[in-house]
Amino acid sequence: MDQFTLNLLVVGATFALYIGIAIWARAGSTAEFYAAGRGVHPVLNGMATGADWMSAASFISMAGIIAFGGYDTSAYLMGWTGGYVLLAMLLAPYLRKFGKFTVPEFIGDRFYSQTARTVAVICLITASLTYVIGQMTGVGVAFSRFLEVDKATGLYIGAAMVFMYAVLGGMKGITYTQVAQYVVLIIAYTIPAVFISLNLTGNALPPLGLFSEAKSTGMPILETLNGMMHELGFGSYTDQKDTTLNMFLFTVSLMIGTAGLPHVIVRFFTVPTVKDARSSAGWALVFIALLYLTAPAVGAMARMNLISTFYPNGLDGAALSLAEIETGTDAKGNNVTWVKNWEQTGLLKFDDKNGDGLIQYVASKDANELDVNRDIMVLANPEIAQLPGWVIALVAAGGLAAALSTAAGLLMAISSAVSHDLIKSQINPGISEKGELMAARVSMGVAIAIATYLGLNPPGFAAQTVALAFGLAAASIFPALMMGIFSKRINNKGAVAGMVAGLLVTVVYIFLHKGWFFIPDTNSFSDADPLLLSIKSTSFGSVGALINFVVAYVVSNATEDTPAEIQELVESIRVPKGAGAAVDH
Amino acid sequence: MADKSSSNAYWQANVKTIKLFLVIWFVCSFGFGILLRPMLSGIAIGGTDLGFWFAQQGSILVFLVLIFAYAARMNKLDKEYGVEE
Repeated sequence: MDQFTLNLLVVGATFALYIGIAIWARAGSTAEFYAAGRGVHPVLNGMATGADWMSAASFISMAGIIAFGGYDTSAYLMGWTGGYVLLAMLLAPYLRKFGKFTVPEFIGDRFYSQTARTVAVICLITASLTYVIGQMTGVGVAFSRFLEVDKATGLYIGAAMVFMYAVLGGMKGITYTQVAQYVVLIIAYTIPAVFISLNLTGNALPPLGLFSEAKSTGMPILETLNGMMHELGFGSYTDQKDTTLNMFLFTVSLMIGTAGLPHVIVRFFTVPTVKDARSSAGWALVFIALLYLTAPAVGAMARMNLISTFYPNGLDGAALSLAEIETGTDAKGNNVTWVKNWEQTGLLKFDDKNGDGLIQYVASKDANELDVNRDIMVLANPEIAQLPGWVIALVAAGGLAAALSTAAGLLMAISSAVSHDLIKSQINPGISEKGELMAARVSMGVAIAIATYLGLNPPGFAAQTVALAFGLAAASIFPALMMGIFSKRINNKGAVAGMVAGLLVTVVYIFLHKGWFFIPDTNSFSDADPLLLSIKSTSFGSVGALINFVVAYVVSNATEDTPAEIQELVESIRVPKGAGAAVDH
Repeated sequence: MADKSSSNAYWQANVKTIKLFLVIWFVCSFGFGILLRPMLSGIAIGGTDLGFWFAQQGSILVFLVLIFAYAARMNKLDKEYGVEE
């Protein structure tokens, strides 16, 4: 069986499974559509949150970015896990106690203002849409290679898949589908990592393999890799190249963005009790950590294998030749067909600048003849490491599971914000349950169309686009939620002013560096030489959050105190006692 | 609803716990992983230094412990102050 048929079979089988589950668990009422009747066990909820959380950015993109960025990219690892500590301690239990369906609902009630609710909807949609664009980038990359179609067609197929099961299933369908997706994606991520770790170090556990000795040199893997990179003129893999300021702010931004992203928070509305909300965050992180502890090993080992592939005769010997790429076999008899396969997608490029018939991969921009898109590293990894065909197909299925599950969760958050927080509560309170469901589905469709369109020209690699979404959530939603719970003094005016200031400043900073509305070539600055100090657009969310906190505090203290009933509301969400089922209003 | 004074005491105990846990959270990620890494560079581990390990693995393990420890501590406080569901 050829690779293409194998890919189709494995990807097709997993999709049939997800859609089957979505149909089986089809939502009947609005309560089920949004929050699954709160009947989800913490461990299952943790797994579903894991699938929801680990998107194309974590699965497809992150290890590739680590492979090329080394130590500096640790911000992704710490940021996307450390946020769960904040979620578990600062938000989840209280929002569960509050007992409503959506994040804007909490902000609207706590700040007793429809304006606050509308502003929260706008923040939510801005962050979620940016996030979905990143997912669409990942879906496009995965399909373009594995179904051997061009990137645009891959995007359209992926968009149609997401729309189908998100619309059919609602939250409950998504919860069980996502449990299945978690299982598929974690198997797909760890199996190749185990193989590669065994090959390179003899240690079957990749997180330990990363700190073990390489079979080839007898020195630790990281020391071996540092040596290889030095010889090719790259800096040391384990050295810090970024400024401490940017790395610090980037990590802050990813962490508080994690705690402010509506599609993750909504997960904690679906557990039965406040107690479960706390442990659900822990279970989610257990399942997430399985991938995040593996990712740094995947990154470092993929970089090693990539270098070895292009220097089959050692770093001092002849580099991989054009003839070897053409025939798909190098001088040592290794299969290198993946180079040509990925070149066809346009995501890997080589150019024999010096005309010697060999492809030199070096740090110097003028002499380097190889350009590898970060987003292909994880998907190409099993091919680079000469693993069997079924592993390659499995990774394809896992990557798609990661991208589609997160996109579906985000679309749920967007559609419930529009139908529940805008239409039902403000525009047309008399809307029927059927009408509300219809509005939710239509807004989902519109969101997919916009994200697909913008996904054709994404502002960065999948994980970088997603990092921007975290910055937006960090600057707008997280501060409002946290202040709403931990301060009784923050009033409606303070919260609205804070959210607007945080979001606006961050959006403008991002657009100045990434182009207005992400349209290419409309940017005035670049992340290589950013506007403020060394703060890249992906790190700016933490500055936006600080502005949000300060503005909200100053405005609140300059205006009237919060009403007594709101102070009581805050007191009641701080204690678990009396948490009931969710109420609609 | 529990009476007001016990709710307040419960909340203060909770905030105290959160502060302590956030200090550990900060020191093990931003501290050891980023800001204090140069100070830890003398401690070698698997071809690199302790700061690198904290940045790529250690911090994640600490986060896991923190969340479950917080959940356990709060379950105990819920009972102590009589505010459990």
